[in-house]
Amino acid sequence: MLEIKNLHARIAEDGTEIIRGLNLTVKDGEVAAIMGPNGSGKSTLSYILAGREDYEVTEGEILFNGESILDMDPAERAAAGIFLAFQYPMEIPGVATMEFLKVALNAQRKARGEEPLKIPELLKRVKEAAGSLHMNTDMLKRPLNVGFSGGEKKRAEILQMKLLEPSLCVLDETDSGLDIDALKIVADGVNALRAPDRSMVVITHYQRLLEYIVPDSVHVLYRGRVVKSGDKSLALELESNGYAGVIGEAA
Amino acid sequence: MNMHAQPQMTPAEAALVDGFLARMSDLPGNAETTVLRDEAVEQVKSGLPTRRIEAWHYTDLRRLLTIVPDFDPAARAKALPSLLAGSTVLPVLNGIAAPAPAVDSLAVAALAQKLHDGTASIPLTGPEDAVGTINAALVSDGYVLSLEAGATVEAPIELQNIHAGGQAHARFDVAIGAGAKATFIERQAGEGSALVSSISALDLAEGAEIVWIVVQEQPVDASYLGRVEAELGKDAKLTLFLLNAGGRLVRQEVKVAAEGESSTFTLRGVNLLGGQTHCDVTMLLDHIGYGAQSTEIIRNVLSGRAHGVFQGQIRVAQEAQKTDAKMACNALILSDDAEFSTKPELEIFADDVACGHGATVTEIDRDHLFYLMARGVPEVEARSLLVKAFLAEVIEELEDEALVAALEEKLDGWFAAQV
Repeated sequence: MLEIKNLHARIAEDGTEIIRGLNLTVKDGEVAAIMGPNGSGKSTLSYILAGREDYEVTEGEILFNGESILDMDPAERAAAGIFLAFQYPMEIPGVATMEFLKVALNAQRKARGEEPLKIPELLKRVKEAAGSLHMNTDMLKRPLNVGFSGGEKKRAEILQMKLLEPSLCVLDETDSGLDIDALKIVADGVNALRAPDRSMVVITHYQRLLEYIVPDSVHVLYRGRVVKSGDKSLALELESNGYAGVIGEAA
Repeated sequence: MNMHAQPQMTPAEAALVDGFLARMSDLPGNAETTVLRDEAVEQVKSGLPTRRIEAWHYTDLRRLLTIVPDFDPAARAKALPSLLAGSTVLPVLNGIAAPAPAVDSLAVAALAQKLHDGTASIPLTGPEDAVGTINAALVSDGYVLSLEAGATVEAPIELQNIHAGGQAHARFDVAIGAGAKATFIERQAGEGSALVSSISALDLAEGAEIVWIVVQEQPVDASYLGRVEAELGKDAKLTLFLLNAGGRLVRQEVKVAAEGESSTFTLRGVNLLGGQTHCDVTMLLDHIGYGAQSTEIIRNVLSGRAHGVFQGQIRVAQEAQKTDAKMACNALILSDDAEFSTKPELEIFADDVACGHGATVTEIDRDHLFYLMARGVPEVEARSLLVKAFLAEVIEELEDEALVAALEEKLDGWFAAQV
């Protein structure tokens, strides 16, 4: 599904190198957790996967289903099936949430050569998805994310993920700002999307989220590289011993 | 020897004067109007306003007015389908008012006939009022409307000033009786290079409630000089919405006198400026009556090499205590070569008032753009969605669904033409 080979990337504006020779492979259906201390490059990795212009890839390759995505803009990547659930979803005044969902869904369908969804079908899908996430559909009449609580924003991200049916989901600190009830709802939403042809990259600072979204693999990111990989037990080890041990080994 | 140094006329000034001389025998009006037209032409001869005149600071008319084609007697303009279904359309085609359908409670007369009879006259101020001067010299027709007191007209009344190139100068005098309610739509459009002027003068009696929508879509090679002026009686309410989406040189003036106690004036403007458009919206609002309220919000979108201007002047007279006036002007700049100038002015002589103004100039928010694109919305579509979001608030405020939809369609049309 996803192969990242010797990736180097820097902040376009000032040239600061953030990703320094990162290697990562995520197989079809695999849920890979990316953990690491603050400043290790976790969020940067998520932005680079989604194609944010603020970062420049200087070396290496990102292959998605065997094809390089480096020349694709964010919209093309999304249409190809990559979805980023934002750590801090943007508030966009003036764009009604429902209208946004329609535009996004139909833009992706168009890019794949499919007919736009008819309004009743769209409403049905949105209603179902919102219901499964315990979301009040009145929220969908409001401007996108405007006035949503932290938990509502995260749920709205998962709602979009459900509707857009991506094949690679990148979840950036989806647990941040969530209380335990909201975390369970979000995790249930994510787990319901696990499928043999859908992979996930779950970025988190804490092991807590991984109790609810149990990963197939865990990778520790430090100074822009994966310094250790393992199975879910690695997350528990990090939880009890902290990052220092793993980082020490790598250094 | 006694010599007067007359400044040499610009080609545009000369074209205005020559155009008048060629048409003067066809222009309607009794002796009084004829004298007034001569006076207006003398004002043009003395020179159009330059940037040294405060009101024209950002729009040096003498330099910028370059498109003044001759009047084209062969031009045949056609009325447009109305913006909203079911409207009563009163078209002025190439400066001639078409026979108008009857509307209950609304008296309709052609301006040309009334100028001829001497039952209507054209006001003329001074050379600084170039819109008024040019219109006074050349206006050929329009409508004089009078809405009966207490009447409520459900179907919108659509005034059209449509040209097929050349010149078109119209005037609409509209008197609204006490307590009467109606929605007016003013269309300014045409095909081909043109000089167009149009003045709508509204008089709202006590308690009248009027929504007035101006949709200006001149072609890219047209000069447009327009004005909506209004006097508001006690408790009268005027909501004025301006959409500017065309023209090469546009001066859209708004001149409102909130004379009556507790009158309400609401101005909302959407200016969509692309290509080489220079569009200047200049408002002069006089708060005269006690306790009147006004809010003004102007949203501007600029692409290409467009230059947008908003001058908003609010004057609060000494007796206009408890005035509440708020003005905001926001510009969204889409290209490096576009430019926006704004000048708010508050002149307050009363001591118990709430007045404020604010102005912003921004670009598309890159974070917002990334978010939309990360959901698969292609860049062009994402940008247009964000621009519409910037404008949505002022349009949706109109609350009339059909009207909002019609205006949004105009936005879509403008975006499609920009790509």
